[in-house]
Formats: sequence, C-alpha cells, structure tokens
Amino acid sequence: MLKEKDKIFTNLFGDESFHLKNAQARGDWDNTKELIKKGREWIIDEMKKSELRGRGGAGFPTGLKWSFMPKDSKLTNYLVVNADESEPGTCKDRDMIRNEPHKLIEGCLLASFAMNAHTCYIYIRGEYFNEAVVLQKAIDEAYDAGLIGKNAAKSGWDFDIFLHRGAGAYICGEETALLESLEGKKGQPRLKPPFPANKGLYGSPTTVNNVETIAVVPTILRRGGEWFSSFGRPKNTGTKVFCISGHVNNPCNIEEEMSIPLRELIEKHAGGVTGGWDNLKAVIPGGSSVPLIPKSTCDTVLMDFDSLSAVKSGLGTAAVIVMDKSTDLVKAISKLSHFYKHESCGQCTPCREGTGWMWRMMEKIGNGHASSNDIDKLLDVTKQIEGHTICALGDAAAWPIQGLFRHFRDEIEEQLKKTKAA
Amino acid sequence: MSNQKNTFVFNKENEIRAKEILLKYPTDRRQSAIMPLLDLAQRQNENWLSRDIVEYVADYLEMPFIKAWEVVTFYSMYYTKYNGKYLVQVCGTTPCWLRGSDQVIKACKEVISPEPNTVSSDGLFSWMQVECLGACVNAPLVQINDDYYEDLTYDTTKNVLQSLIDGSPLSIGSQSGRKSSKAVS
Repeated sequence: MLKEKDKIFTNLFGDESFHLKNAQARGDWDNTKELIKKGREWIIDEMKKSELRGRGGAGFPTGLKWSFMPKDSKLTNYLVVNADESEPGTCKDRDMIRNEPHKLIEGCLLASFAMNAHTCYIYIRGEYFNEAVVLQKAIDEAYDAGLIGKNAAKSGWDFDIFLHRGAGAYICGEETALLESLEGKKGQPRLKPPFPANKGLYGSPTTVNNVETIAVVPTILRRGGEWFSSFGRPKNTGTKVFCISGHVNNPCNIEEEMSIPLRELIEKHAGGVTGGWDNLKAVIPGGSSVPLIPKSTCDTVLMDFDSLSAVKSGLGTAAVIVMDKSTDLVKAISKLSHFYKHESCGQCTPCREGTGWMWRMMEKIGNGHASSNDIDKLLDVTKQIEGHTICALGDAAAWPIQGLFRHFRDEIEEQLKKTKAA
Repeated sequence: MSNQKNTFVFNKENEIRAKEILLKYPTDRRQSAIMPLLDLAQRQNENWLSRDIVEYVADYLEMPFIKAWEVVTFYSMYYTKYNGKYLVQVCGTTPCWLRGSDQVIKACKEVISPEPNTVSSDGLFSWMQVECLGACVNAPLVQINDDYYEDLTYDTTKNVLQSLIDGSPLSIGSQSGRKSSKAVS
C-alpha cells in the first residue's frame, strides 16, 4: 500500500483549500526556477528515467513523446492539456483540477519549457463548469504572483496559459479532434500522419497530454525520475489515481502504487464488492473502452498496462467499474454501446453506421429475441469496425462487446434459449 | 436566411467578456472563440440559442453562418430551444446505471414531467437523459444548469427538485453527506 509520504496528490479530496498559499505550503511552486535552470535536456531525461506513461488511456511514454517536438522550429510550439475527461468510469482529473490546480499549472510551465512552448491551452470538458471556475482562479493567482506570464517564476521564460471550455463531446478527448475543436470547428479527428508534434494546433508543433500526466511532472522533477520509477513494475511505474465505481461499498478515487492487485485495490480502498468478493461477476478495469474481465481473472490480475493487456483488456484510464452478480451484463454493455453510438462523430462510415447497428443488436440480445447466429453476426461486425476508422472510437465501441462474449457467451446463449422456450 | 434585422447583441458586460475571450487566441484565429462566445450568448438568452443569435455570433467572428451552425449542432451543450429555468440532466451511462440512475429518472418523471425534453407545466424545469458526466465514483448524479448533485437516491433526487420548486436550492455536490470523492468508512 502506498505510504502517505509518497502520495503526489496530498489534497486530492479538497481537505485543504486549492488556493496558491495553501498549495505552496504543500510544496507546489517551490523554487520552480531552479528546475528550469537545469535545462530542457535534464527535464526530458528525468521524465524518461521516471518511465511515466501517459495517463489519458493510451499509455505512451511521456519523455519520449516530448522528445518528438522539434527543437528549432520557426513556428510556435504549443502544449495542449487534455482535460476533456469523458471516458465512462473516469473522474480523476476532475479532482486534480478542483483540488490541486497548482500542480497542473506548475506542470504546464515545466512541460512547456521542456518542449520550447510559450503557450499552453487547457481544454476542459464543458460540463466541468465549477471546476473550470476554480482552475481559472488558480491561473489568475499564478499570474498575479509572477509564477506564469512574462519571466515566469523568474526563470527568464515567458509563458501563458489559456483555459478553453468544451461543450459536450466525448470525441474531443481524442487529441486531433480536440485540436479541431480548439480551432473552432466540429470535433472530428484528423488523419495521422501528420502527427501533432509536426502539425498540430494551427498547423504548429503541438503536444497533447492528459491532466494527470502533466500534474505529476513537478513532483517527479523534485523527487527524481528514479523515485517515481521505484513504484510498480518495470515499464509500469509510478503512482496512479484509480477511480473505483459501480458495485462496491465505498466508491472512491484513490492514489495508489501502479501494479497493485485489483482485489487489494477494491478491498482496501472501496470497502470491497457489495455482498463480498465471491459476489463479484466482472470488472471493467480501465474505463468503458476496455474489455471486461471475469471474476476468475480479477482474483489475481495486477493493475498495470502489461498485466491487463496480457488478459486481453487494458489499464486505459484506470477507471475500475465493478459489477456484482446482480448485474445484467448484456444491459450494462448495451448501455456502453449506446454511449458510443451517441458519441460517434459521424465521419467514418464503419463507426457512424456500426455503433448504432451494434447497439440495436445488443438490445435485441438483451430482450431475448436473438439467436446464436445473431451473436456471430454481431462479433463479425465488431471485427469490421475495429481498425477501420480514423480514430480509436470505433475500436472502443467494438472491444466491450467482444469482451462480453469472450467470457460470457455460454451464459448468454443459455439465457436466450430459456427465453425462447418460455 | 431571412432579411430581418437581428435584434440580439451582447450586453455591455458580455461585450467586454467577448473581447477578453478573443485575446486568448491568435488574432488571425478568431474562429477559435466560437465555443466560448456561443456559451456567452446562450447564457444571455435564458440558456438557448436561436438562429438569429448564432448568426450574430458568426458575424461577430467573421465566419460563415453554416460553420457556426455546425458547431451548434455538433456539441450537446448548445440548445436550440428553451428548456425551462432549470435543465436537469440525468446521467444514465453504465457506472450511474449500476448504482440506480433508473430511480433518479423515475423521480424526474414524477416531479418534472413524464416525458424528457418537456418543460414542466409551471415553466420551471425540464429533464433529459445524458451520457457520462465524469463523476462516476459519486454515481448516480444529475447536472442542473452548471451544478452537479451527486450520490443520489430516489428520495434525495426528489429533495433536490423540491428545493428548486421552493426557491432555495440545496447545496451542490454529494447528497449522501460525504466529502467529494473520498471513500466513506
């Protein structure tokens, strides 16, 4: 279990105020200038040593991503922070924004300096109105204290942060859709290449990072990359904020060590599965886009990228959705299918048409009016959507359905037979 | 497009805000301000956008109306009709559903109106089901205008709605007495 002294987000629950004075008492903005003085190479090197993998879902190594930014571009480099938190099950960034905004703002300065960017946009989902108010207050405080703006924190680096509110579109969490949205257009993903590091916001080199990825940067640089990588397992390092929702006694957010066993996470922090561990049916371990895993897998699996991908699921955003034996799994997944149908941007035919078709088929199965052939047809369609769209929303819509039938097909077919007989 | 003259203009306060918003983006990228300006206009107009208003905002940013209209219809938080003084948005996605969002919807049907997207007879509110609001460890929840009411049950949903009817809204956040997303133990 992660010790209190090793927690990065000591005010995750807002027990203390978010304001600058309190944040500084917790160690934020402590001699930021010295960190910047150590130079760009040093920062990127420490980030590589930390083995931090992006916290937005894809898990790409952060230090490596930063090193893709051109060093001598004549264009303006941008850092864009993805605070469009919308993946069902996920609500960690919300707590960081409303209770620890100065960690994020300081991280923005350090990351931007490392990537030769003088300007950062934070794109926050529109529904997080009160969170945006807090974050703007914190940004204003940082300007007033000279921590950002001209000669930020007396480092000699000029740096501006602008907050941009979205307006309700899950797809804008996809980095190129986010950039389109920031440019004042519909949020429809762009074809890659070119990648944002070459042609991003306004055609300039841009790096898009998740809130948590940026908010842990100041602590990593202060305590050292090796400190961070001492948690978890190789290539799956650091501390991580997990969101535990669904059928548990005490749903919560919690910062823990990466690679903690799933069972320990649920039992130590969320008060256990309702009705006890043996009442567990399945868990979606990383937000709605990853396939569920049955109880037998939950017994032993570790919460990290490699361990979950070995059981054909994923760490995603580390949003753990727990479902006990009372759950109608077909209905639970069908609701996710409806989500993807609603959030498809409509650009690619397989996704636009397929998400609606899959949802209707899931409803048919849920209502008991389907046959084994229908399940075959549905799985075939998921395969035709997966990998055939510009962005990963098509994949994300296909995977939960594949996961459901991978583990529970027999049980569902049995149910269909019973309904038919009745 | 009609030849009728638009009557909507930003009020003084919003005119200042609009100018401040434009400063966030490069001067040759005015279109970037479309989302915040639509939000501003919507707030000035009882939380909905008419075609005239969208035309005004498009003109303000020197962009084609159709590009602005595309934005209005793409994002779910722009409303093209009046939704009452309070718009109650119930999250029905899986994490909320697992913890009883059906009961929250039942309370909304009883107090507001049997059908979604229908303004209650007193004009006070309407409700609609929405997708994930991103506060899943405090499920189930509703968003009422800008505020989240979390950890709801059938009864506490009714309490929240009644408090709006009574004109003294309950405190926002968790309705189960816990603080933010911390586990109760």
